[in-house]
Amino acid sequence: MNAARRAAEAAGRTHDPDADDARRRAAEAAGQVRDPEMPMLTLTDLGVLRGVEVERDANGARTVVVSITPTYTGCPAMGTMRDDLVHRLGDAGFDRVEVRVVLDPPWSSDWISERGRAALRAAGLSAPGPAPRRTGPVALTLGPARTAPPCPRCGSAATRLTSEFGATACKALYRCTDCAEPFEHVKEI
Amino acid sequence: MNDEHGSVFDGLLGGDSSQWAFGTGFEDPLAGVDTTPPGGVDPAELATYCLMLGDDALIMSQRLSEWCSRAPDLEEDIALANMALDLLGQARLLLARAAAADPRVVPALPDGSPVPPEDALAFFRDDRAFRNVRLAEVANGDFAHVVVRLLLFSTARLALLERLRASRDTVLAAVAAKGVKEVTYHRDWAGRWFLTLAQGTEESRRRLLSALDALWPLQPELVAAHPLERSLALAGVGVDPASLREEVDAVLGQVFSLSDVGRPERAPLAGVGGRTGRDGLHTEALSLLLAEMQVVARAHPDGRW
Repeated sequence: MNAARRAAEAAGRTHDPDADDARRRAAEAAGQVRDPEMPMLTLTDLGVLRGVEVERDANGARTVVVSITPTYTGCPAMGTMRDDLVHRLGDAGFDRVEVRVVLDPPWSSDWISERGRAALRAAGLSAPGPAPRRTGPVALTLGPARTAPPCPRCGSAATRLTSEFGATACKALYRCTDCAEPFEHVKEI
Repeated sequence: MNDEHGSVFDGLLGGDSSQWAFGTGFEDPLAGVDTTPPGGVDPAELATYCLMLGDDALIMSQRLSEWCSRAPDLEEDIALANMALDLLGQARLLLARAAAADPRVVPALPDGSPVPPEDALAFFRDDRAFRNVRLAEVANGDFAHVVVRLLLFSTARLALLERLRASRDTVLAAVAAKGVKEVTYHRDWAGRWFLTLAQGTEESRRRLLSALDALWPLQPELVAAHPLERSLALAGVGVDPASLREEVDAVLGQVFSLSDVGRPERAPLAGVGGRTGRDGLHTEALSLLLAEMQVVARAHPDGRW
């Protein structure tokens, strides 16, 4: 809360502690925006929505400040997420919306919620396992890929990596050697 | 997809014009991020350092994206495009960070031009103002060539980003922390293909060795320190590439030894009076690359994209 207040003051606005109700409504509206590339997930499920605050400037005008973080540095969906947030909050009665980028700490697939993981599985995608925790120099992995995920369709553990780069930056391609179906796996990062 | 998303055409009627394109106006990739340079650092030096790291990513990204639709199969085509996109994202943040540190590095554009600073840096600088290493700029060759280039490039960049996470500049530290995760995949991809081509057919091995021979003279520049890099490393903001040499050699040695490939013995490509890519002295290849990359933006400095 202190950080939010400092940021608000730096922007010439005061944090509005009485606006809990507005904040709750804004957070609810922002939380319903879906990821444009994986629309079974809301931005909350994906873990890219990092904060929703309501601020008032000296004239009492209310601004919703939404903080989001990119999944990958080059994520082309950021522009769409930003537009969708502005529209969704506009529909909820908030005309002034400011979308800020948060780069630190970097997004991790560990931030995908349980609800999000279930939604991925329901859509035939494989949810990520625990992200690697690294300190110091990164070890080279030349052998077969990291742990192979089970097939989201038939549950078989006999799956094979096709490519670590899929249709979007956050997904890898696998194939199940039992049911022979290809599937997408959200990468652990 | 489930029903609640309805038809893809549902949103076309009503709403405002912003739904038609990425056109809700200027969008700062560092919106809300504190870009105050850390204490005791010359903003102009910080900006130039960001250009060095940003130009490496931008030019490498451009070469990788030239592979689009030309890779041997769809999976590798997509892999190369993904890596190009990761590097383009890194370039965008680093060029935006350069502009925020010292706006004087941004080329002047006509009044009212909607071109954001990072695009002005990418599309309106001449070759001599680019600070990338020359390995990133040389023309593409065959598939073995892009595998070798990526192995050399990503091995050095990963080692650099891993240390840059501790930068006193919070923006550089954040870009690095994210970049480490991305470039780890790039290096593994290149390492695996290096091994595959080395152990494949006589022809794949011949092509791999020929690409390695051609690109090796450009490798030492990746781990050579420019005075600016050294001074920013001392200030706790940058990384001295020379300090990465041992680690980079160890990783490459691991790949070479598994592939039964000897470490090439070729002298580094000379610069001009000792000056190289980091000083803005490039090969002809960069001018040709920039001509293609910049021509449309330069023809329309007032254009909205």
